[in-house]
Amino acid sequence: MNDPVDVLIIGAGASGAAVAWSLAETRMHILCMEQGGWANPAEYPSTGRDWEARFYGDYSPSPNIRARPEDYPINDDNSPIKVVNFNGVGGSTIMYTAHFPRLHPSDFRVKTLDGVADDWPIGYDTLAPFFAENDRMMGVSGLAGDPAFPPTEPPMPPLPLGRSGALLGKAMNRLGWHWWPSDTTVATTDYEGRARCINLGHCTPGCAQGAKASTDITYWPVALRAGIELRTHCRVREIATNEHGMASGAVYYDKDGVEQFQPAEVVIIACNGVGTPRLLLNSVSGRFPDGLANSSGLVGRNLMFHPYAQVYGYVEEPTDSNRAPPTCLWSKEFYETDRSRDFVRGYAIQFGRGVGPVMEAVMSEAMGILPWGADHHRVFRKLNGHRLTASAICEDLPEAHNRVTLDPVLKDSHGIPAPRVDYTIGENSAKMLEHGIARGKEILAAAGATDICVNSPIPYGGWHLLGTARMGTDPERSVVNEWGRSHDVKNLFIVDGSVFVTSGGVNPTSTIQAIALYIADQMKQRLANLFDWGRSCPRKILFQAANAAIWPLSPP
Amino acid sequence: MMIPASTKYDVPGADDAAIQADIVATLSRDAAVVAQALDHLANLAGQPLAELDAVRREAIAREFRATGSGAAATLVRVVLQCYYRDDRVVRSLGLELRPPFPRGYALEQGDWSLLDPVKARPSMWRRAP
Repeated sequence: MNDPVDVLIIGAGASGAAVAWSLAETRMHILCMEQGGWANPAEYPSTGRDWEARFYGDYSPSPNIRARPEDYPINDDNSPIKVVNFNGVGGSTIMYTAHFPRLHPSDFRVKTLDGVADDWPIGYDTLAPFFAENDRMMGVSGLAGDPAFPPTEPPMPPLPLGRSGALLGKAMNRLGWHWWPSDTTVATTDYEGRARCINLGHCTPGCAQGAKASTDITYWPVALRAGIELRTHCRVREIATNEHGMASGAVYYDKDGVEQFQPAEVVIIACNGVGTPRLLLNSVSGRFPDGLANSSGLVGRNLMFHPYAQVYGYVEEPTDSNRAPPTCLWSKEFYETDRSRDFVRGYAIQFGRGVGPVMEAVMSEAMGILPWGADHHRVFRKLNGHRLTASAICEDLPEAHNRVTLDPVLKDSHGIPAPRVDYTIGENSAKMLEHGIARGKEILAAAGATDICVNSPIPYGGWHLLGTARMGTDPERSVVNEWGRSHDVKNLFIVDGSVFVTSGGVNPTSTIQAIALYIADQMKQRLANLFDWGRSCPRKILFQAANAAIWPLSPP
Repeated sequence: MMIPASTKYDVPGADDAAIQADIVATLSRDAAVVAQALDHLANLAGQPLAELDAVRREAIAREFRATGSGAAATLVRVVLQCYYRDDRVVRSLGLELRPPFPRGYALEQGDWSLLDPVKARPSMWRRAP
């Protein structure tokens, strides 16, 4: 058996890295286990001539297509939106676009403001300092002063508008609609050891330049220097519990496939909105027959994606195409609830600069606008390098029937039951998608675009996995409390997108990481009574905390 | 049939030997699905496609694309991803024969004064209690 650790973190992605870094100052023995390995930027697609083709293979965002040894299969046949992710140190920050908005203040109060879903037990103001800390750690580029959002101070200037941004900005001005350069974690200046962006363009499947922030190059190097242990290629099967109903550690398979047990005083789960419910549902025992932390029956329920309505078209002028980061502008014109519409809540619009030739050919052929035969070449030259995109990213309200369960048949390479996703797009989201499509067409028309195409919902658009272990103050209506601790298991914490109460209408990584930092801060502040047991908190943890001199603690 | 050679654009067709070799060499995980697609195509044609007249070939091609679902899409994607990375084709498009890294590309700043009317807008985010 392995030596016990004070804190075991499962998952080394966006939230696992942030919580590890924040807890490092406690000097506790903290171990993070990650089912994948370290990415090698020299092997990222943008380093080779087959850079686009690999998006359909070993760098596909879909784990079912990518099918690397560290990936687990997901049965998402019963969902119009397929799950996409990346498994490895850095998690899905390796394979995200680096678009980095925050949830709005109104997103935390949807019940109060609009009478739907539930309010969060925390608000924007609570998270504000952690957003700022995360912006500094990840390295955010952006422009202060957006009238659609509370004041922020991005540490780096925004990405250039480029040709695409200017065309889109002019179109939005013609319509009189809000737009703003996106906050992004692409470094526009040299930043904390990272080189500035040189416009490789193919940002999503890993940045060979290291300009795009992924936690393997932001949080992890600092956390490792501070003494956190990171053990890769370890796949956790289940969280074990003791006779007191407390988490005692994790059963996992090591890099050689050997079953091991890792004892721990505290367990923190950071496995995303599909991986986390999967792990909890696989952690069945006599005391927890329906899965761990699941007395509410809500583990796996209320799965929220962000349904995306992608609208694109082609202008006569050349666009930035693949020669710039895809992240460009956002619009919040339709973000907040407008009672004159037939839906509540709203959506952001995320603008894209264009794509490379292979992707252009594949998408246009599939859409029926790129013919086979003699006219193929003429049409392709009209399309390639002339695309503009506007995508509505719609707030998805929580619905209990949208859920993650365990597939009765499908298993991963270690024989662990795989997740099954059952999801339908709700009526409110469907109306929002239609609204977003109509507005997208208006924007592209205002930009002078023709051959306008619609891709809604984006099938392989399940980037944002939220809500499957929601936070709340009522143990019957939530899985974790307002600072991330399981209602049922008092030394078990969840810090990933599972804890979202509602989804907002923006990419969630910034908010996920702010929540992870907030929960870590709460743990540090409450360490003397972390499990509500006062002096029963593990003696070793308190001793180290006192030695670290970051809390006014008395030894037990 | 899918992408013919063109003297106007100085490009080979997708049936070019080098492109076909690239397709075969890089099929890997797509091989089984592409085989399904080719079987479907053969069933539709009923005889070697090349032996059909042009009109019939085009009709078969349209039917294949309409009824071949994911397998047909995979076959088409494999052809396109190899075709549009062939040096002759990339050159014809006016693109450089290199991967994005390490040289990258230049991105112009654009006209930031376009943002002035947006900056002039009053605050529009919704306050929450």
